Amino acid sequence: MNNFFQDNRDIQFLFEYFDLKELAALQERQTPNGEADYLPRGLDDVIDNYRRVLELTGEIAAETLFPNAETVDAEGNTLNENQTVTYHPLVQMNLDRLAQADLMGFTLPRKYGGLNCPVLIYTMATEIVSRADCSFMNMFGLQGIADTIYAFASDEIKDATLPRFATGEVTGAMVLTEPEAGSDLQSVRLRADQKEDGSWVLNGVKRFITNGCGEILLVLARSEHEIADGRGLSLFIAERDDTVKIRHLESKLGIHGSPTCEMTFTNTPCKLIGERQRGLITYVMALMNGARLGIAAQSLGVAEAASRLAREYAASREQFGAPIEKLAPVAEMISDMRIQIEAGRALAYETARVCDIENNTNRLLERAADTLDPAEAKEMKKTSRQLKKLNSMLTPMSKFYCSEMSIRVANDAIQVMGGSGYMKDYPAERYARDARITTIYEGTSQLQVVAAIRGLTSGAFGSYLDGFETTVYEAAELEELKAKLIAARALLDEAIAQVKGMGSDYLDLSARKLVESGVVILIGHYFLGQAAKNDYKKKVASYWIATRMPLVRMNCEKAMSGNSQAIDDYLDFAGC
Amino acid sequence: MSYHSIVLVKQVPDTANVTGDAMKEDGTVNRAALPAIFNPEDLHALEAALEIKDRFGGTVTVISMGPPKAGDVLRDCLYRGADRAILVSDRRAAGSDTLATSYILAQAVKTVGGYDFVFCGRQAIDGDTAQVGPQCAEKLGLPQVTYLEEILEVKDGTAVLKRNVGNGWEVVRVRLPALVTVIDTANNPRPRRAKRMMRYKFKRTALEFPADSPQLAEAKEKGDLLETWSLDDIGADLQRCGFAGSPTKVHKIQSIILTKEGSVSIEPTAEGIRAMVRELIDDRTLG
Repeated sequence: MNNFFQDNRDIQFLFEYFDLKELAALQERQTPNGEADYLPRGLDDVIDNYRRVLELTGEIAAETLFPNAETVDAEGNTLNENQTVTYHPLVQMNLDRLAQADLMGFTLPRKYGGLNCPVLIYTMATEIVSRADCSFMNMFGLQGIADTIYAFASDEIKDATLPRFATGEVTGAMVLTEPEAGSDLQSVRLRADQKEDGSWVLNGVKRFITNGCGEILLVLARSEHEIADGRGLSLFIAERDDTVKIRHLESKLGIHGSPTCEMTFTNTPCKLIGERQRGLITYVMALMNGARLGIAAQSLGVAEAASRLAREYAASREQFGAPIEKLAPVAEMISDMRIQIEAGRALAYETARVCDIENNTNRLLERAADTLDPAEAKEMKKTSRQLKKLNSMLTPMSKFYCSEMSIRVANDAIQVMGGSGYMKDYPAERYARDARITTIYEGTSQLQVVAAIRGLTSGAFGSYLDGFETTVYEAAELEELKAKLIAARALLDEAIAQVKGMGSDYLDLSARKLVESGVVILIGHYFLGQAAKNDYKKKVASYWIATRMPLVRMNCEKAMSGNSQAIDDYLDFAGC
Repeated sequence: MSYHSIVLVKQVPDTANVTGDAMKEDGTVNRAALPAIFNPEDLHALEAALEIKDRFGGTVTVISMGPPKAGDVLRDCLYRGADRAILVSDRRAAGSDTLATSYILAQAVKTVGGYDFVFCGRQAIDGDTAQVGPQCAEKLGLPQVTYLEEILEVKDGTAVLKRNVGNGWEVVRVRLPALVTVIDTANNPRPRRAKRMMRYKFKRTALEFPADSPQLAEAKEKGDLLETWSLDDIGADLQRCGFAGSPTKVHKIQSIILTKEGSVSIEPTAEGIRAMVRELIDDRTLG
């Protein structure tokens, strides 16, 4: 039986590499278990459960999702005459399988029927699912909606909805985007009005809503009509009923299995989540952070699928009397793909680990404060503040790097396969179409850069790197590699300092180059840490530093050049 | 109306993934070299029983006969939704052929009692005899329906079942209790459930612990013991079990490797075809 967890050497390595015991201890501490009859017996058992859950995910991904993917892509979902959506039968089959296996309440506490897995394990699972069918991740990955309900909604709402997510009875949608509010969510117009009896109703239109046909809808709406910006927005939960109509299913380049809906709300009853006016600034931001990490995992999955296909093809396709992988340019493309994926994985999984520590620290501070002694609570508050800052840099970095990486890898996979890659006979073209969305949704790459650059200019990045630079490695070769990373960082610091003094437009212009440099240096340090425990990873670290430090030099040189013609001479270049 | 099903399952060597050292010199299967798996058609038998439970309510009890390691398949059944799992394990059962095996399993089924259905996979991939299910039915005095393709209806003490007859289907009504053997096109076995896995993974048969050990006492205390029955527990006549109860004697096992190479061209004419058919009849490939 095929298994996308067990056949993946790197995910297996990382499962051992991370200190899961530390994560499990934090995850299990004061977690609400309710009446659950599947409690773990100690931390080793918790980790054994994580492994089993990933094995199960890997099996269903390989045996059900993967074989279904081609047909789902070709046929898509159906918009019915009565303005509802019917999933493709194979999409429904995928959902049923995962629900039967208890995998739709991955991160929810056991009290609600969930598996109480950390974000790190969920990220691994999301990658595994995405390798099988990139588009199906949009159903599997929507579990973040349940997490948002768990984090911010009232007990009444939680009790009414969360167990249904865990059994797979319902799926959800994040209903944010509107025709005039895409990247700029502050201009959301959909109205929420409170009636005299205190209940709320929704009226308006939403667009580009992934799984808008789901049963539980988290809707961002304007509750304060006199406030035009993000502070006038609140988050509501609505159950799909006749007042919600799907008026259009988008026809898209890729991810055909994921229904992208345009939907109307007409006096739709709903309930407020948390407090008024915190919809965008608190809740949606939290929801988006989780979702961005999910897209990073999705990107990794589709890149993994594409690179494996390319490798398989290059090993079997003979030209000039030998398999084409013997040709240097082909070998380089495939080697580079594989290393880029490992790089993205190192970054995204580390981000997930940091998220877990932050989430659980906050959870303990908010919900179990009485179990903490004052000194510990103080320490945890400090940790929470630090990690929040760190995460607000690492999450956009992960989303940015992994998504850009996945479209490069999927593109190169077609190149390796030549004409065959371009044809529909192989899924290479599907991987490229599916990967293409990842740099766009949940915040474009450009927006991720805007979020991440703050970490670089505020010094958060520098203090995070300090921790790695002071690590001493036993192996001399790793120390030599570390010295190269330190030199690159010095150059980047110089570029950041210079760019900061050149005005905000120039900073915006240079941000991507600086963030990209920061990301590759950071990944270099992650690889050194991995290499200290694994000989193969020494090769990876060495390759990475040899091939990516020149990229830092190029980016820094560009940033320090002061050339701003792209904006100054814009009208000349773009045409009037 | 709810129905109680008993499913007979077997752990088998994975003969579908045969590697270099899978066969011993003497041509017998080298079990140690092959991974032990859930006999594929037995998974479909389990699924049929779980389907009955889902549709009408009731319980699913699973029985396996084998060494302590066969606890693996029983745990798997619990993960997929079985309510009760019993291992029949006894050194005196070693060497049982299909006759002795079906006797032992029938005794175990009688000991469980109170059932409406007994489900078996059509055959196990290690012996491919397809005899154990039908022989159990005979010993239990049950009507049997082999090659189940679909459960159409269950009511008023009867079941309407569609069975595959090779070149078509036959729909039969059978009085319950009945024994049904299931083929792999009947259904799509459900996956293991994560939560049940977390709950039941500790289940071990007492035989997997040293006798009277503290570990055994601990497992007992935590409710981690998998029900394990000996031949005595099922009131078996020892003369009918193991080598004593097995008239089948393997005389010789031959490892046949087809070595003929090359190809033969046949004229695409009526005479050419006739000549080929004659040749195939002569060498007994046909007829």
